Amino acid sequence: MNGMNGMNGMTPNAMNRRSLLAALAALPLLQSGCASWSAPALEGSGDLGVVVERARGTLAIINTSRRELVAEVTGLGDLSHASVVFSRDARFAYVFGRDGALSKVDVLQRKLVARIMQAGNSIGGAISADGTLVAAQNYTPGGVKVFDAQTLELVADLPAEYAPGKLSRVVGLVDLPGRRFAYCLFDANAIWIADLSDVRSPKLTKLQNIGKSPYDALVTPNGRHYIAGLFGEDGLALVDLWEPEPRVRRILDGYGRGQEPLPVYKMPHLRGWAVAGRYAYLPAIGRHEVLVVDTQSWQEVGRIPVAGQPVFVIARPDGRQIWVNFAVPDYDRVQVIDTPTQKIVATLTPGKAVLHMEFTPRGEAVWISSRDDNRVSVIDTASLQTLAQLQIDAPSGIFFTSRAARMGF
Amino acid sequence: MLRDNSSPIKAGLRLLCLATVLLATPVAAQQAPTREQTLIRMVRQDCGSCHGMHLTGGLGPALTPAALADKPVESLAATIYGGRPGTPMPPWRAMLSEAEATWIAQRLLAGFPQEARK
Repeated sequence: MNGMNGMNGMTPNAMNRRSLLAALAALPLLQSGCASWSAPALEGSGDLGVVVERARGTLAIINTSRRELVAEVTGLGDLSHASVVFSRDARFAYVFGRDGALSKVDVLQRKLVARIMQAGNSIGGAISADGTLVAAQNYTPGGVKVFDAQTLELVADLPAEYAPGKLSRVVGLVDLPGRRFAYCLFDANAIWIADLSDVRSPKLTKLQNIGKSPYDALVTPNGRHYIAGLFGEDGLALVDLWEPEPRVRRILDGYGRGQEPLPVYKMPHLRGWAVAGRYAYLPAIGRHEVLVVDTQSWQEVGRIPVAGQPVFVIARPDGRQIWVNFAVPDYDRVQVIDTPTQKIVATLTPGKAVLHMEFTPRGEAVWISSRDDNRVSVIDTASLQTLAQLQIDAPSGIFFTSRAARMGF
Repeated sequence: MLRDNSSPIKAGLRLLCLATVLLATPVAAQQAPTREQTLIRMVRQDCGSCHGMHLTGGLGPALTPAALADKPVESLAATIYGGRPGTPMPPWRAMLSEAEATWIAQRLLAGFPQEARK
């Protein structure tokens, strides 16, 4: 700055040819020197993620290597129960808000780049394997809407009309290989598979009578099995998508063994993270248990008693551990299951009202949101020591960009 | 309850209730504001996981005054306290008294208060 002021102080005549040449020669050096420290550095998005600040309509962008908050993007509306999927290049976060808004946030430039109101009441979404289509699952109006991932322009509208004039609330939306999506009709006890290889004429496959009140669903990491959890009865609905004519079969039938279910104060969530090696670990409904099912035979092979109604039952990416959190009033605890022994090896209390957990891409750490303590804790999954705590307002969902590469996320 | 003035036993019981309430008042008055804040937070945050933080609905129906306009307070309180079998609405009796369920029902009908921000 001083040098610049000095130059500005000279008259043009006073600057001889020699010093002008020297200044010109120095210019490229100055520019590159500047670029190395004051211009925004080139940066990858692989260790970025977002945390939903549900009460403020804000998305916190975090860095999982530096374990710090890097920016906040505001003005995203009602983010209670908001969820996020990532573009294939892991640069854009698509945020599905409760109020029916779909927002596209650039996590590198740290700003909102597009936003539409696509429904009255929404619950989540999915992105196609080729990254071109973003689908939103809606309660009001019940159905799925599909958007161009670049522009957020509506490209297909799939009302969940199960009887004349009757629209079902949609849950359990996942992406499948080949520009397809699967989802459940909560009010119609159905699973629909939408093939959007030609977006102008979507093809629907409808599976009826899958069981009472499907509340969420998952697709296994290989894209082969779609599993819907049932609220209205003991058991889950399984579809083998590799069969030429997909059909529904019941698994873990009657796991409640006729006992009166305990109150379910919050619905569990299902995703492909249920699968660890050969087994899938699933939350029971109305029982304080994690159910273990063999993904070869689809028979129950065990059940693990836990501290409350499980909400998220998530395998560490290597499958060595399963982390479980719980519905109110047991939501101050998180339990860790060791998969080789199928035993609980730790019960942690990272903060009040644990709402979500997300593993770093290779699982050496887990990030846990504690809504009532306005805190996100970063915990080493081997030593179980707390590595960092971030102050974030009423944090709920945590989503890392590594989801971009995972089917069903 | 207010309509039924015919039974002397019920009238007597009401008096007894009133006396109990009056006797309990000094203790209740001290705890009420904190408990009210707890209940408001519980409705916004925990009921909010199905009904929405702004109570505009989700898997559970909307709980705004407009949406509840034709619902009697007693039936709302009974649903909160005892749940609705055959639906995902659980009974909250393990976490609430009947009087608190009634208080929540009344506040929902009137327009539910916002949480006090720290």
